[in-house]
Amino acid sequence: MSGRIFLFGDNIDTDQMAPGKYMRGGLEMLAAHCLEGVRADFASTVRTGDIVVAGRNFGVGSSREQAAEALIHLGIAAVIAQSFAGIFYRNATNLGLPVLVCQDISALKDGAHVTLVLDAGQLTLSETGVTVPLDPLPDNLKILLADGGLIPHLKKRFAREKNK
Amino acid sequence: MNTTLAQKIIARAAKRDHVTPGEVVTAQVDLAMIHDSGGPRRVEPILQELGVGLFDADKVVLISDHFVPGDTEEGAQILELTRQWAKKRQVAFHDGEGICHVVLPERGHLKPGMLVVGGDSHSTTGGAFGTYMFGIGATEMAGVLATGEIWLTVPKTILIEWRNQLSDGVTAKDMMLAICGKLGMDGGRYQAVEYCGDAIAALSMQERMTLSNMAAELGGQAGLIAPDEVTASYISNAGGDAGEWQMLKTDSGAPLMAHHAMDAAELAPQAAAPHSPANAAAVGDVEKTSIDVAYIGACTGAKYEDLKNAASILQSRSVKSGVELLVAPASKRDQQRAEKDGIMAVFEAAGAQILPNACGICAGYGTHRLGENITCISSTARNFKGRMGAASSNVWLASPFTVVASAIAGEIADPRTFLSSKERLA
Ligand code: SF4
Repeated sequence: MSGRIFLFGDNIDTDQMAPGKYMRGGLEMLAAHCLEGVRADFASTVRTGDIVVAGRNFGVGSSREQAAEALIHLGIAAVIAQSFAGIFYRNATNLGLPVLVCQDISALKDGAHVTLVLDAGQLTLSETGVTVPLDPLPDNLKILLADGGLIPHLKKRFAREKNK
Repeated sequence: MNTTLAQKIIARAAKRDHVTPGEVVTAQVDLAMIHDSGGPRRVEPILQELGVGLFDADKVVLISDHFVPGDTEEGAQILELTRQWAKKRQVAFHDGEGICHVVLPERGHLKPGMLVVGGDSHSTTGGAFGTYMFGIGATEMAGVLATGEIWLTVPKTILIEWRNQLSDGVTAKDMMLAICGKLGMDGGRYQAVEYCGDAIAALSMQERMTLSNMAAELGGQAGLIAPDEVTASYISNAGGDAGEWQMLKTDSGAPLMAHHAMDAAELAPQAAAPHSPANAAAVGDVEKTSIDVAYIGACTGAKYEDLKNAASILQSRSVKSGVELLVAPASKRDQQRAEKDGIMAVFEAAGAQILPNACGICAGYGTHRLGENITCISSTARNFKGRMGAASSNVWLASPFTVVASAIAGEIADPRTFLSSKERLA
């Protein structure tokens, strides 16, 4: 997958991604206001395949899954951060949104075009060909993501069990 | 091999002799708790989509608390759906009996050594009973309800040791605010936080629950306390069975991620400024701040002992005019006990409003949501912007002692001034 980087700072909380006051408006409305508090033009400028890069503790706050759902709805292909809040990390993975830890994000500039190879855990900057290493995903999460998230993964599993 | 309490619980649940921090394992869930907000209305459509039922109805507990008392159309509908689901799926259901994290152990559902998931971020509260309990989202909960399994990364342990004893008027809530201030909201790194030391051993179960509850604010996956006689007697009084708890502890010499030693005797009452629990400071160092609302509520700060502490200061005093004191006891049982002991009468005499045994304002629901520019001091766990009402409202976090002292003074106040004057009177 390849796309542009949208760069954010530390401690981006779930309320920034799925603002409480739009929770009743459904996913469409939530996504339209996703991250507007930190970057007003985010929802209107992201395209399918773009990648969110952030600092520490991305996804801190409430356990609302709509935070990850809003990013998926906007077509974000992956989130790469120095660290994630645990419940967000789980929710995103379960919904099929790859979330990857990158120890050093200093080479990742806003707007840069990148290619992500999930299996290899590698991010390549298109312009320079420089490769930025990502922490490898555990095998079970690779399978979960390849299946498209927990629900499709379980569907497959139940179908297999039935056919046995 | 020397291992941590977290490793011991997870190894058993994963049917393994030994697990190593950092490895990903699949564990069997001993109990799953859900509430009306993230529960039936979110998980049932997924179960339908998967075409399966519950892995084991006897291992699921449903508790209504977020939309209780159902005084809006939306809330009433959600409660109705919740009740229908409880019947259809034949699970244990506590309806309108209080906040899930308090009701679950109160009814004897928790036992040391269990691996438990809850559909709520403060599910860490169960760690006070030596269970490995953590919060998950609705999709993941649906997966657990369908399979009885969950994946987890075996955590490292961050040991927080409290030496010596707390002084009068200082509580578990102050300990947690101080730790949040020291380590920050990602200090727990989604690992296992474990509390130990003389000051912890001396705490009651309800105080320990406050510590484990706020492991969520530290960003820990779980907030554990090794079981002891205090745990075992609470559980047997609640009609549960503590089982073989004696071996459930972190061995000395087990590898730790960090070990923080704190002195309970030196701890002063804390208050956390808007809009983060990490903005904690000693109450005495807080600039003069007048308040409009004082709130005793939530799983964190309105259990029986919280009510008792607050009432001990409020007795024969009155709330400053212009300040509204709101009290929402965390469970029906705790409220009944407080009624019997004359504690509720103290609140009523002081003109406090008594609200339902539910999440209420803490979840941003109910008729008492904070209005524009209101300054509130609250016994809850979180003071994120806009959580309890208008985005312009300002919420300070403190212990029930400090909340009530501030209600009396009309501004953020150190509860110890009231304690000592009371002693002088006596
Ligand atoms: S009282 Fe507050 S913190 Fe506790 S479960 Fe309810 S909303 Fe969450």
